[in-house]
Amino acid sequence: MKYVQGNYPIIQKKAIAENVFSFTVLCPEIAEKACAGQFVHILPEGFSLRRPISIAGIDRKNGTIRIVFVIKHKGTQALADLHQGEYINMIGPLGHGFTLMPNAQHVILVGGGIGVPPMLPLAEYYQEKATVITGFRSFPQIILQEDFEACHAQVICCTEDGSAGAMKGLVTTPLEQLLSEGADAVFACGALPMLKAVASVCQRAEIYCEISLEERMACGVGACLGCACRINRSGNEEFLHVCKDGPVFKAEEVVF
Amino acid sequence: MADLSVDICNIKFKNPIIPASGVFGYGREYEEFYPLSELGGIATKGTTAKKRTGNLSPRIAETTAGMLNSVGLQNPGVDYFIQHELPYLLTKNTVILANIAGSTPEECAEVAEKLDSTDVHMIELNISCPNVKQGGAAFGTSCTMAEQVTSAVRKATAKPLVVKLSPNVTSITEIAKAVEFAGADAVSLINTLLGMRIDIHTKRPVLKNNVGGLSGAGIFPVAVRMVWQTANAVKIPVIGMGGVTSGEDAIELMMAGASAVQVGMAVFTDPYAPVKIIQQMQNFLEENHISSVKEIIGSVQPW
Ligand SMILES: Cc1cc2nc3c(=O)[nH]c(=O)nc-3n(C[C@H](O)[C@H](O)[C@H](O)COP(=O)(O)OP(=O)(O)OC[C@H]3O[C@@H](n4cnc5c(N)ncnc54)[C@H](O)[C@@H]3O)c2cc1C
Ligand SMILES: Cc1cc2nc3c(=O)[nH]c(=O)nc-3n(C[C@H](O)[C@H](O)[C@H](O)COP(=O)(O)O)c2cc1C
Ligand code: FES
Repeated sequence: MKYVQGNYPIIQKKAIAENVFSFTVLCPEIAEKACAGQFVHILPEGFSLRRPISIAGIDRKNGTIRIVFVIKHKGTQALADLHQGEYINMIGPLGHGFTLMPNAQHVILVGGGIGVPPMLPLAEYYQEKATVITGFRSFPQIILQEDFEACHAQVICCTEDGSAGAMKGLVTTPLEQLLSEGADAVFACGALPMLKAVASVCQRAEIYCEISLEERMACGVGACLGCACRINRSGNEEFLHVCKDGPVFKAEEVVF
Repeated sequence: MADLSVDICNIKFKNPIIPASGVFGYGREYEEFYPLSELGGIATKGTTAKKRTGNLSPRIAETTAGMLNSVGLQNPGVDYFIQHELPYLLTKNTVILANIAGSTPEECAEVAEKLDSTDVHMIELNISCPNVKQGGAAFGTSCTMAEQVTSAVRKATAKPLVVKLSPNVTSITEIAKAVEFAGADAVSLINTLLGMRIDIHTKRPVLKNNVGGLSGAGIFPVAVRMVWQTANAVKIPVIGMGGVTSGEDAIELMMAGASAVQVGMAVFTDPYAPVKIIQQMQNFLEENHISSVKEIIGSVQPW
């Protein structure tokens, strides 16, 4: 039995930015198996479809995982309304995560907006070998900077409007600079235009890149074929599925 | 323990619950939650003669008490199914219904003929898929076409043939009678109802295909009505589905006339839904001192 489903207690709830919440959930079975880049499929009460949310922290010792999410619409609003001590219905860990490279000397993690949280387990793994570039629209959206610093990673923060004393502009500007000095790999999660830009920068610099995709899901486990994405593997373009074959894919395979 | 077993076309099901075609793949994913042998049967993802890639994403939209899908029959083709999926499924000690579809009666017959030489237990011919341009729904909405495609498949196989009907019709009973006449051994219904959602901020339909099939709890009353009407119109068994989420729903559909019940999108909300439904049916029968589930089939007493 690879997947588990259950009701798990929220042992810590924190509001970390405007409309953004961090939950620490006690679920030893999921924490035990979870890898960076995987997700959990959460059922907000009263809804018929689950919501995919990335795993943003894995603590095997305490049997917990962390999720960080933004209120987008009704389902994530219902999740945000849950209190510490209440239970959350999850299936997990799901999907194919990021590659962990034990011999890498320098990796770059790129997160845009609510795509930043899944970079955290990678930063925990790569520690000082990681440079994290995070991009946000503006000051109120900035999240998780201290968490990345606690992993001893170098942290670069960009905002589109230059607020918060951050670097003004898009994540690709510092990425291009860093890549000119070389890196073993780039891992990215964020909105599609950002992923596309990151993929093309990496392709030009000939640096290996993995990106995490999003698609609307029903089953979350690869059975319903609802979350199709276009992937070109070994010269053939085909529809693979974000929930099972992904969400993480090699950037060079993704047909944008 | 009440007896949950049912017989359809001389095939014995240990219980009446069958995950519906398209929601359960070929069972492998849900086997990570529970043994497939707990299920009465499994209806496999719709198979066509050749591999199909399906529609562009998004293919999924949420609705109140349900969802829309426009997967568009993505599948690896019947040869792949027979070589790589079916042998494995046949070891799982549950009844396998191979769901098939095609753009022409000839394509459907070709798929059925290939399956005829396998050990699959039943063939479920989908004449009602709303998500493909040709065939699919067009077969299911005209009596003449429904009859033609059913008789083409009937000639191609001696396996028990279940024809899956579309609810997107003026008269479900006319279509049911047409396929019964053409040699169907049973009918299953309902497939999804054609629906649409629009994102009012972008003015774009949520589904890339614009329209898609509505399933889930919201369609249950339509399913009960259509199963009841159909069961009263034909002599062959009816397999009911559409929005079943609990044991009570399954009992209700059987009272309306279903000999077995398929469970579709409920597995997305709760992957354990089929096994929970089996347990809930067992509880209902015991609480009501009914010794066999067969007793409730068609037992509704209409006003
Ligand atoms: C693999 C993966 C990981 C994700 N990780 C995170 C995360 O860590 N934090 C976070 O805040 N968000 C994450 N998302 C996005 C999150 O799933 C959506 O924001 C959420 O489903 C919206 O639900 P809603 O009810 O608020 O919105 P609604 O728009 O009401 O949702 C309606 C339906 O559309 C689906 N949907 C809407 N937007 C998306 C989307 N962007 N991606 C997939 N399905 C969507 C919903 O699941 C639901 O089925 C992730 C998405 C994927 C695919
Ligand atoms: C994602 C999805 C894919 C489906 N694919 C098929 C299919 O390939 N063949 C078929 O006959 N029905 C297909 N169906 C229809 C279901 O088998 C079922 O008839 C319908 O969903 C109604 O049942 P429900 O409300 O319990 O889901 C699909 C339904 C869904 C939700
Ligand atoms: S959501 Fe069902 S296959 Fe991905």
